[in-house]
Amino acid sequence: MQESNGINTSVSVQDNAIVRFFRDLVITVLVVVSFTTLIIFLAGAPPLDAYYHIFKGSLGSWVKLGHVIRVWIPLTLCTCGLLYTFRIGLWNIGVEGQVIMGAVFATYVLRFGMDGRMGNFFLIAAFIAGVTGGALWALIAGYLKTKGGVNEIFAGLGLNFVAQGIILWLIFGPWKRAGIASMSGTELLPRELWLSYVSTIRLSPLGLSLAIFAIVVTAIMLRYTKIGLCLKALGSNPNAAHIFDLNTRLYMLLAMVFAGGFAGLAGSIQVTGVYHRLIPAISSNYGYLALLVAMLSNYNVWIGPVVAFFFACLNVGSIQLPMMLQMDSSLSGVIQGALVLAALAVHAWRVRARRIAEETWY
Amino acid sequence: MTGFDLTILLGGVVAGAAPILLATLGETITEKAGIINLSLDGTIMLSAMTAFVVAYNTESLIAGFVSAAVVGALVAAIVGIFSIYLEQSQVAVGFVLTLMARDFAYFLGNPYTRIPGPSVGPRPIPLLKDIPFLGDVFFNHSFPVYLSLLMIGLIWWYMYPTPQGLRLRSVGENPGACFARGINPRSLQMIYVLCGGFFVGLAGATFSLCTKPGWGRPQGAEGTGWIALALVIFGGWHPIRAAIGAYLFAFLQVMGIYFQEWFPSVPAQVFQVAPFPLMIFTLVFINFAQKESVIKRTEDRAWLKVVLRLFSGAMPTALGKPHKTGQ
Repeated sequence: MQESNGINTSVSVQDNAIVRFFRDLVITVLVVVSFTTLIIFLAGAPPLDAYYHIFKGSLGSWVKLGHVIRVWIPLTLCTCGLLYTFRIGLWNIGVEGQVIMGAVFATYVLRFGMDGRMGNFFLIAAFIAGVTGGALWALIAGYLKTKGGVNEIFAGLGLNFVAQGIILWLIFGPWKRAGIASMSGTELLPRELWLSYVSTIRLSPLGLSLAIFAIVVTAIMLRYTKIGLCLKALGSNPNAAHIFDLNTRLYMLLAMVFAGGFAGLAGSIQVTGVYHRLIPAISSNYGYLALLVAMLSNYNVWIGPVVAFFFACLNVGSIQLPMMLQMDSSLSGVIQGALVLAALAVHAWRVRARRIAEETWY
Repeated sequence: MTGFDLTILLGGVVAGAAPILLATLGETITEKAGIINLSLDGTIMLSAMTAFVVAYNTESLIAGFVSAAVVGALVAAIVGIFSIYLEQSQVAVGFVLTLMARDFAYFLGNPYTRIPGPSVGPRPIPLLKDIPFLGDVFFNHSFPVYLSLLMIGLIWWYMYPTPQGLRLRSVGENPGACFARGINPRSLQMIYVLCGGFFVGLAGATFSLCTKPGWGRPQGAEGTGWIALALVIFGGWHPIRAAIGAYLFAFLQVMGIYFQEWFPSVPAQVFQVAPFPLMIFTLVFINFAQKESVIKRTEDRAWLKVVLRLFSGAMPTALGKPHKTGQ
């Protein structure tokens, strides 16, 4: 009796889950759109024009789309990396610094190939170095957490600022361009050290494939491997370590290495495929933004890239705002933050409603 | 080498530390009550923008300060509602607000960038300013600086000897026990989250109306919130030690100007990151000092014990874990 009931309800619950997902989505979007419209009004601009310019500035032409994808690549890579650390319950806020260190390590290697010979060799070496750099920087935060008892948020944050200091010191100090040291960065790399790209939309196919590869690898790792299972077990139940005889510290470090590695890869692509030099803002806050993406996608590896694409559109599209409407481009950040907050609120409200329903049931 | 005047240096430290000090004290209150308000960096930016815009339009500095404090409390209220009442991750909400409030500030403050506006002028305290040395260091500043000095003592006094302070500390240590004693932990925590946000808002106003007058992108206050968060830990969740940390940081900042003259090859930005490795080191040390084996080994060495006591701050036990109803 109970079993057959269970099957029946499970089907209807699943039905409801999809309906509920879309209903939540609609509520969230409605809340955010009304909030955004209100603040654009407050700023004294026509809201519809603002939305139009964001849309046209991001998806209005192939060149713009290429720009969006150039933002999407590092954002997706960082998000994929963060899924490992979120799985085990770590807040890897240091992802920003890991991107920076990836870029720094990659540039270090590329500087040996400035004469342009053996370009491919140096490119591959630079990617390996970049991944290593990001992973190492994450490992420091990981060790501080597991051995030093330092909360990963503060360790990561501190290391972000240290990384920022290092990159500025390098650009203004040892790696400065002959004669001039400026915010515009180090010397431009020779053509041989650029990732090959489709010139019409300035997009490197290799960068794009690496990002897609990262999504697939992460999906498989988290879903079908022992590592993924253990990360999830340790993250959702602290007793799992004891029951299954798992080494929590080891898995934490492992998750950090994965996150840092992906972030370092993003940093290497920024250097070789986008800016072709090291600039102070090489990470462009993509690490921080990726944390929002991961949260908003509810830590789902397939929804993450979709959210990342939307965020990239917002970022790229809002570049038009200062020119067209004399508005600050930070509107994109406000919308992104509002989305995450609204989603959190709807989620909390849902949980609350469910609990109240259960309480009345019993 | 330029003249090195100790009075001017220390006076600069006291003045420069004012906003960081206010933010650090505010966050100390919040964290002492068991809630982490991670949104500090954004809150400071948003309240700095509010203070400047309001003061510019109303031509009233007081209105600027008050509105900034209210904005600070509002952002804190969002953190409080999400974490205390909706039981969401404090870190997540705080982090989102950090980014969002900063962008919001840039967005709304855009028409007011780089325009001359009101700022708080120096107002030396009569009589006290004539004390040699001390007068110039402490009593030759503007109003927000005096406020920051006053708050150190006031907050310490509130937190430790008074019964309200005892409740504040107990709700951060064990909200469940508070509940059993007939205190509503949620509303108490909410009150102190708002209080903390209020001071953070004042910190923002101090930036845009006093320390670095004006608004722009970047304003120059970026990163301060993170430093304040680090200083709360550095100060071991104690207002006076946090204040010492804030002054130490301001000292490093002022010294950065001298360092730059002494080591011209090292860019200024490098000195600005100095507090962060220091923070990490302190955190490691705090953990180290609380280990049984370490405590045992220091037992027969009095001076080591003193050093350990100096550095080890006890984190509020329930920090980040709000009281849950039911179950």
